Amino acid sequence: MRLTKFILSRIMVWLLTILVGITVVFFLQRMMPSDPIETMISKMTSMGTNLSPEALEAMRESLRRQYGLEGTLFEQYLSTITRLVHFDFGLSMANYPTPVAQMIGQALPYTVCLLMTTTILSWIIGNAIGLLAGFKKNKWYSKTLETVSMCIYPTPYFMVALVIMILMAYVKQWFPLVPSFDDFTFTWAWFSDAVYNSFMPALSLMLVGTGWWIISMKALSSNVAEEEYVNYGRMKGLTEATIGYRYVFRNSILSQVTALALHIGGAFGGSLMCEIIFGYPGVGQMVNTAINNSDYNLLTGVIFISIFAVATATLLIDLIYPLIDPRIRNS
Amino acid sequence: MNEGYKASFRQIWKSMSLRFKIGLCIVAFFLVISFVLYWFSPGDVMALSTYKRNQPLSWEHPLGTNRQGQDIFWLLVESIHNSMVVGIVVAIAATVIGVLIGLFSGFVGGAVDRVIMFICDSIIVIPSLPILILMGSMLRGRASLMMIAGILILFNWPWPARQARSMALTIREREFVNTARFSGEGLFKIVCVEIVPHVLSWAMANFVNTVLVAIGSEASLAVLGLSSTTTPTLGNMIYWARQYQAIMLKQWVWIGSPVLATSIMFIGLFLTYTGYNEYVAKKRGR
Repeated sequence: MRLTKFILSRIMVWLLTILVGITVVFFLQRMMPSDPIETMISKMTSMGTNLSPEALEAMRESLRRQYGLEGTLFEQYLSTITRLVHFDFGLSMANYPTPVAQMIGQALPYTVCLLMTTTILSWIIGNAIGLLAGFKKNKWYSKTLETVSMCIYPTPYFMVALVIMILMAYVKQWFPLVPSFDDFTFTWAWFSDAVYNSFMPALSLMLVGTGWWIISMKALSSNVAEEEYVNYGRMKGLTEATIGYRYVFRNSILSQVTALALHIGGAFGGSLMCEIIFGYPGVGQMVNTAINNSDYNLLTGVIFISIFAVATATLLIDLIYPLIDPRIRNS
Repeated sequence: MNEGYKASFRQIWKSMSLRFKIGLCIVAFFLVISFVLYWFSPGDVMALSTYKRNQPLSWEHPLGTNRQGQDIFWLLVESIHNSMVVGIVVAIAATVIGVLIGLFSGFVGGAVDRVIMFICDSIIVIPSLPILILMGSMLRGRASLMMIAGILILFNWPWPARQARSMALTIREREFVNTARFSGEGLFKIVCVEIVPHVLSWAMANFVNTVLVAIGSEASLAVLGLSSTTTPTLGNMIYWARQYQAIMLKQWVWIGSPVLATSIMFIGLFLTYTGYNEYVAKKRGR
């Protein structure tokens, strides 16, 4: 009974988060001083298309209808929500008349693979190093590791990406400047080629991600390592490995799981930047196309998908949490 | 009097960790660049063909000139100035708004509290970069830097609000707040006079962190050409260097100097942030 209530309340939060997200995007878009339709029309006319004023007016009408810009603000708001909930983002302007949902569907697997792999790998590596650095905080390697991560973490992501790209693709031609992927086949050759092509983007994402996990895990575990029960364990004659795993690790990993949930939104933003800079063919690359073509339907679609994906990932982590924290499980 | 100040200053300086000192020095260095050196700038740094193109480093042009005939050094100084201003404006506004809303929410409690905290959580969870990109691409170049700052404030107030709220929850149970309440003080006055000093040291730390986040977000947008394209900021400088193929032409100073400046500035801000947190924790006796 209590479990059902817990799950239901989390699902409510999930729904409401998505609603708040849509609301923020909707009203911010309406507050902007520029009119997307006028932008689009001026873009078309500047390309040399000659249209009579009547034709222009008709086009304005049909575009307004297509973008759900008819009626009062409240009506627009309701219709936007109904459309988005059905994953109907309209047609793309850049690739007219491909539906936006279809374009996102093609790009999303690339982004999800890149983002999942790098987030999980850097979470595991960062926490392992952080645990070591916090548990053995007076050793020279702990101090070196912390200093290095303190220098990498605050650097804005695109700087790291640019430096990696310049070093590994311009100065030394180790990796391809622009990653390219063949059509998916279930062969070893395809996988190794994919890993080779996505190495630079993945490396840059992991460098920045790992830095944060090292810093936070180090702070947490060095606090835990000073607790009384750790001393007690030591006096009981437990090995350092047992203390490290059973006492320090188990106690400090809990807040790292919650932190992972809060981190996913930022990681998604990072992977967008990554894909734009490296030209990786995921959602970020599509955002780049959308920016260059003023394709607002595509952008709105990507934003909705990202809000949806991040909220869902947070929900999943929230639901997993009781499994690893016995205090919540038993209460 | 003067001697006393000097002595206590020396004492504070001594009790700081090395990390905090390095961070403070770096931040001070960049503050001097952006608010003192900036005023010696020789006019419009963005103007094209002011000087000879592609000059090497010299006394006249400390970092040389680029392919557009702009002096890289003064371009960099103005970029640092503008980035710093955006960071500070966003940090002041977001911290003040966040702390006030958080304290208010913690004190009032009940349904109001729950609604405010829910909105905070949602904004924290929602990925902000795609939304910033949408806004930037709608404004396309016509965005003024302050408009970008306004949007950044919207995404940065929830963190301080959350923290201030949890502080308010512990503080409101203390004796002195009850005393103030029973002696007939209004809620607003209690918050301002009794509570804000307690939150101040935390708010300072948050301020430094928000400066970092705001400069970083603006730079991310600017690198994509979505912030103001006519106002030089650190990201904007990288954007133009990339647009004019600085990497292909091997003009490393042009693209390298803003990259290096941003990295050092961020490390400085981050060291100040963590160092200050440590310092406050030590002063509290932990």
